[in-house]
Amino acid sequence: MKSTHTLLIPNMLPYHFNLGVKLLKNYGYKAEVLNCTDSRVAQTGLKYVHNDICYPAILVVGQFIDAIENGKYDPHKVALMYFQTGGGCRASNYVSLLRKALEKAGYSYVPVIAVSLLGIEKHPGFKVTLPLLKRMMYCFFYGDLLMSLVNQCKPYEITPGSSEKLAQELTQELGNKVGDARSFCKNAEHNFARIISAFTALPCDLTRKKVRVGVVGEIYVKYSALGNNNLENFLVDHNAEVIFPGLMGFMFYFVYNIMSDYTLYREGRLAYIPAKMAYAFLEKKEKTLNRLLNNSGRFRPSLPFKRITELIEPFMGKGCKMGEGWLLPAEMLELIESGVPNIICTQPFGCLPNHICGKGMLKPIKDKYPNANIIAVDYDASASSVNQENRIELMLANAQTESHKEHLD
Amino acid sequence: MDYSIGIDIGSTTVKLVIAKNGETVFRLYERHFSQVREKAAELLEKALAQLGDITVKAALSGSAAMGLAEASGIPFVQEVFATGQAVKAFAPETTCAIELGGEDAKIIFFDGGMDERMNGSCAGGTGAFIDQMATLLNVTTDELDKLSLKYDKIYPIASRCGVFAKSDIQPLLNQGARKEDIAASIYQAVVNQTIAGLAQGRRIEGNVIFLGGPLYYCEGLRRRFRETLNLDEQHATLPDYARFSVALGASMYASSSGIEASLSHIIELIHSVKSLSFGTNRLDPLFNSEKEYEAFKKRHEKAKLTRRDINKYSGKAYLGIDCGSTTTKLALIGEDCSLLYTYYSSNEGSPVDIVKSQLENVYSLCGERIVICGSAVTGYGEELIENAFGVSCGVVETIAHYRAAEYFRPDVDFILDIGGQDIKCFRIKNRAIDSIFLNEACSSGCGSFLETFAKSLGYSIADFARLGLFAKAPVNLGSRCTVFMNSSVKQSQKEGATVSDISAGLSISVVKNALYKVIRVSSAQELGKNIVVQGGTFYNDAVLRAFEKELGCDVIRPDISGLMGAFGAALYAKSHPSDSLIGPEEIANFKWTAAATVCHGCTNHCHLTISTFPNSKRFISGNQCQRFSQDAAADEDLPNLYEYKRRCLSVLPRGTGSRGTIGLPMSLGMYELLPLWNGIFTHLGFSAIISDPSTRATYEKGQFTIPSDTACYPAKLMHGHIEELLEQKPDAIFYPCLTYNIDEHSSDNHYNCPVVAYYSELLSGNIEELKNTRFLHPYLNVNKPKELARELHKVLNSAFGKVFKRSEIYEAVMYGFSEYQRYMEDVRRHGREAIKEARRAGKRIMILAGRPYHIDPEICHGIDKLANSLGFAVVTEDSVCSPDMQTPNVGVLNQWTYHSRLYKAAMFAAQNRDVELVQMVSFGCGVDAITTDEVRCILESRGKLYTQLKIDEITNLGAVKIRLRSLLGAIEERENRYEHGLCQIYRGDEVDTHASDPQHAAISL
Repeated sequence: MKSTHTLLIPNMLPYHFNLGVKLLKNYGYKAEVLNCTDSRVAQTGLKYVHNDICYPAILVVGQFIDAIENGKYDPHKVALMYFQTGGGCRASNYVSLLRKALEKAGYSYVPVIAVSLLGIEKHPGFKVTLPLLKRMMYCFFYGDLLMSLVNQCKPYEITPGSSEKLAQELTQELGNKVGDARSFCKNAEHNFARIISAFTALPCDLTRKKVRVGVVGEIYVKYSALGNNNLENFLVDHNAEVIFPGLMGFMFYFVYNIMSDYTLYREGRLAYIPAKMAYAFLEKKEKTLNRLLNNSGRFRPSLPFKRITELIEPFMGKGCKMGEGWLLPAEMLELIESGVPNIICTQPFGCLPNHICGKGMLKPIKDKYPNANIIAVDYDASASSVNQENRIELMLANAQTESHKEHLD
Repeated sequence: MDYSIGIDIGSTTVKLVIAKNGETVFRLYERHFSQVREKAAELLEKALAQLGDITVKAALSGSAAMGLAEASGIPFVQEVFATGQAVKAFAPETTCAIELGGEDAKIIFFDGGMDERMNGSCAGGTGAFIDQMATLLNVTTDELDKLSLKYDKIYPIASRCGVFAKSDIQPLLNQGARKEDIAASIYQAVVNQTIAGLAQGRRIEGNVIFLGGPLYYCEGLRRRFRETLNLDEQHATLPDYARFSVALGASMYASSSGIEASLSHIIELIHSVKSLSFGTNRLDPLFNSEKEYEAFKKRHEKAKLTRRDINKYSGKAYLGIDCGSTTTKLALIGEDCSLLYTYYSSNEGSPVDIVKSQLENVYSLCGERIVICGSAVTGYGEELIENAFGVSCGVVETIAHYRAAEYFRPDVDFILDIGGQDIKCFRIKNRAIDSIFLNEACSSGCGSFLETFAKSLGYSIADFARLGLFAKAPVNLGSRCTVFMNSSVKQSQKEGATVSDISAGLSISVVKNALYKVIRVSSAQELGKNIVVQGGTFYNDAVLRAFEKELGCDVIRPDISGLMGAFGAALYAKSHPSDSLIGPEEIANFKWTAAATVCHGCTNHCHLTISTFPNSKRFISGNQCQRFSQDAAADEDLPNLYEYKRRCLSVLPRGTGSRGTIGLPMSLGMYELLPLWNGIFTHLGFSAIISDPSTRATYEKGQFTIPSDTACYPAKLMHGHIEELLEQKPDAIFYPCLTYNIDEHSSDNHYNCPVVAYYSELLSGNIEELKNTRFLHPYLNVNKPKELARELHKVLNSAFGKVFKRSEIYEAVMYGFSEYQRYMEDVRRHGREAIKEARRAGKRIMILAGRPYHIDPEICHGIDKLANSLGFAVVTEDSVCSPDMQTPNVGVLNQWTYHSRLYKAAMFAAQNRDVELVQMVSFGCGVDAITTDEVRCILESRGKLYTQLKIDEITNLGAVKIRLRSLLGAIEERENRYEHGLCQIYRGDEVDTHASDPQHAAISL
């Protein structure tokens, strides 16, 4: 399969995924990120999955089937690869839904490969080794850094498009190193520093007045431009600097929950130790990154994950782990604590965990932080962007008033 | 001279305010009927004519102005923000402003830090909703307002969603409730929606002002607000700028940040963006040419029924009446099935009056020549009409429609009927109904929706449909729900869509809704070769064409597509001749009255409508129970596991209470694990306070703290249960967080759904009073007694001081588990006995499958009893699946405890000939989007019918009854044909029924 099939991966985070694809290619796989954002995608999805399922499932399935039907691919020579989080949320069923949809559409022979951070559904044609997994994590670290730096530069760049262009160049550069464990992983600190200094050197006009807006929410609609009607561009066009909490937080959250299963319920003893090791590994990388960002004097580091786990304490137990779980309100708190009270909480329409972790936490958070200016926005195949944008406009208008002004530390 | 101008373009109207040094000098308010830019320019022209070409500073506001602002370069200010600024300037003493717009509702609090709230993506209760309701009542909005002032009583109408409200109102109309009362109830629903949905617990008091068109025009609405909020006219005022607050705010914004230009230049700017680029979200046209349309019309003209002149015909005739939710249809056929007379009209409130005058008409036409030898009625009003006029038989809708379709096409494979409120689809196999698909309780995507939309844009439905036929680029409007479509239309207007594009887009939406949401089909092959489409909506050529295009095949539309129910009923009457129909003299003297009353037979307090007919015949409707239905008494004793479980849980010993009281809220997961928790706490010496079974009042009590309006009803009820417990001041309230449920070893994992698992986190954050009590919601492991005891020990000792020993808690936990096991085994044993008993009595068995909390009377709305009254023994999903039963293979991840029971129960139904499964699904239950397909698949793989009932706060039992009767009708019809050797109906016998499993063997006798 390795030599014959092309792995198709729906896009969510361009920097992360493009690097990931380069990594897979290095391992001898043919892989491509699906970028189609035509309205066909949602239409196709609605045709093949239950219309009440979450919007991300509709889009992902739609994008896959659309790629098979309208892409340049031979259906017999593609395999679909999807990142799956697992857990008690219905999102853990995406892969099953995808398989059912393929069957309905007459492509039951197309292999589906479900990848999760925990491991991979056994698949004869696709072998995941520990080194591959480790390098994949590094891809995500680099992706986080690039995304964060681009977001911090884009509203200020002198030459429009220059920060994205720089990120692409750096991705290319990293892509060349991906095959070499030494320069890609071992020398990561060097690469991080190189990326940061490249962005520090990017000509920017920092006197421009921008409102900083944080985006949290369900992982797919939060990140994917297809899922959130290109929220990032909308906000940048409306004079905002956008802040997306990185994927590292989600990786932390993921291993933290494995540890919690043991500390809360005494279940999963075997997974506890490796999770603890992974946690320590992530903490090390986080420290390195934050040190470098601090030293840059230009870019903001993120709050340490440990601090985030403390912030959420008065609001919610950390056993709440379906979907984005406790991490979602924790990220709101992180933003507020770091001087960004303007927040958009994104979720697919009817998202089950977000009833509790998103909309359900707004009141207690606003009670404690009266300056918080949070708006919840639902995304759906049928929700019009006018409605969404109108609410975001309100949030932006409020961001300008005294009571919601950023309190900078 | 400082002129500033604010233009507010909302979803339905354009408002214009011109101020000079802050003083309003000119203002206009007009509906734009989708012609957004033209109307804005037109209003500006009027200003130009009056004020001359002054230099102004201008700004835009309103949801429909966003695109215009971007394209024209005129600054934009968000409407709620603008309102806030205007109110602050003009009425600084205001504490709260309530603004209702065409499609948005907003509340702004001014005291203690400004707080602005807008309705979520999913919410009714706005101007468009009031418009729709007026259309439903067949009055203008003005008349609606006048009616509402003369009300006597208020009916509870679902407030959270416009579409749901409609489902509540329709039965009221059909029952003959007074329009005055309904009008006031509609307003009350708007008020409740606004207060519950937007204020979310924050009190509305002090100086309140009303803003926006609907509140300006509807005095009745203001009255409802005042009464509900306990405010007098001094404290709840309607300022003179009520309709203009946004435009006013925009003009204020303009004076500081507006674009400075002459009026004529601004008009030019607006005109210049006339040719906005097409939004990308467009679809292919329905017809590419007139010629294509002609061919299409010719093809469909073939499906024609023979007609005879009623004035010349003599002999026997048969009458069919289809009393639908929005329309009443009549068909009179002759001995040769030719049509003699038809009637089709909207109900306009009371179907009884319509049928009466029609009968008079028919009798006068018949004279002595024609004798009506049989009559049948079908549809929502079936029982009412049957009782009123002595119609000889009632026919289930599905059967009537099948009869009619079969007449046109004996080898029909698939029938799709889109009516005013319902979509009914059935697949026919071997000349029997093989599966039935009905739309959800809400009526979005049906005919009445198209009609309302046409009216709101100022067209008749026929003209509106015609416009769509040749639209160049139909808009993609999605298909989730009417409210969503409204805003999609708004969006497309922003993108410059024409009315014809919108019309075609709506037709396509209706079709997509039916195909992909109701039937869940993805290709024409799945439907079969011969497809008959019918229902009033298919008179609309645009819809018909959209359907054929979407499926990629030709279908048959009978020329009487809207009368198929009545025609089918007439055919049925022909095969069941009778002369019970009241005669011409009786009709002439026919008088009837309808009176509303509240039933005090139980705690439900149903609002009844009692219709009295000649010969003092009475018909009572509106009741949730079966107390007044004729066939109730005989079936009182049929087994009902819902009732049994409720009783079991209510008689659990509550303990003596030396160690204090503990409150257990009776909703969600508590319905499953009450025996466990109750066992533990009573064994520890607590006395348990268990909240009462839910009622509507429970919901109302808690509705103000619900943060997410799209959560399921069982979760929302939780708020009321907590409030009720708080009133009783227990020493603590306990509702744990349970990521994992009991492991029954029959699924890949044993999760709870996120809502059941973590709802207490939400409760603790949103119910203020919980902060003043001990609210225990620890994360617990219910699969390891030792771990459970360890954690409870920690939690209880930190809550009550160190008074609990680890060992005593362990003992209590073990006791709790034994209680839980005993309860579950008891339920299963009872399930087996119920099945045996039903089989002895020769009754059908229904697994009314859902979740443990669906036994709550307010959640299942008495569907269990309704099923009993239809002759079913009712069992629960957990009573038929034992842990040692094999789990069926499903195509999805089977990882939730409750849901894996559904699969087992479906398997059980599939394997037992006399067992049917009906699945209850709560609105907003995301997990059921996965399970429903699987359950259907399991049932249909063995030739069983699948029925789904969507339930929420609405209690439209009429619709449920139709669904259950459809099921029953289809089963009976199949069995009938089976006995005659016409078809093979059941494939379950072919499979191994776990004969080796002794417990199971006992069930499948």
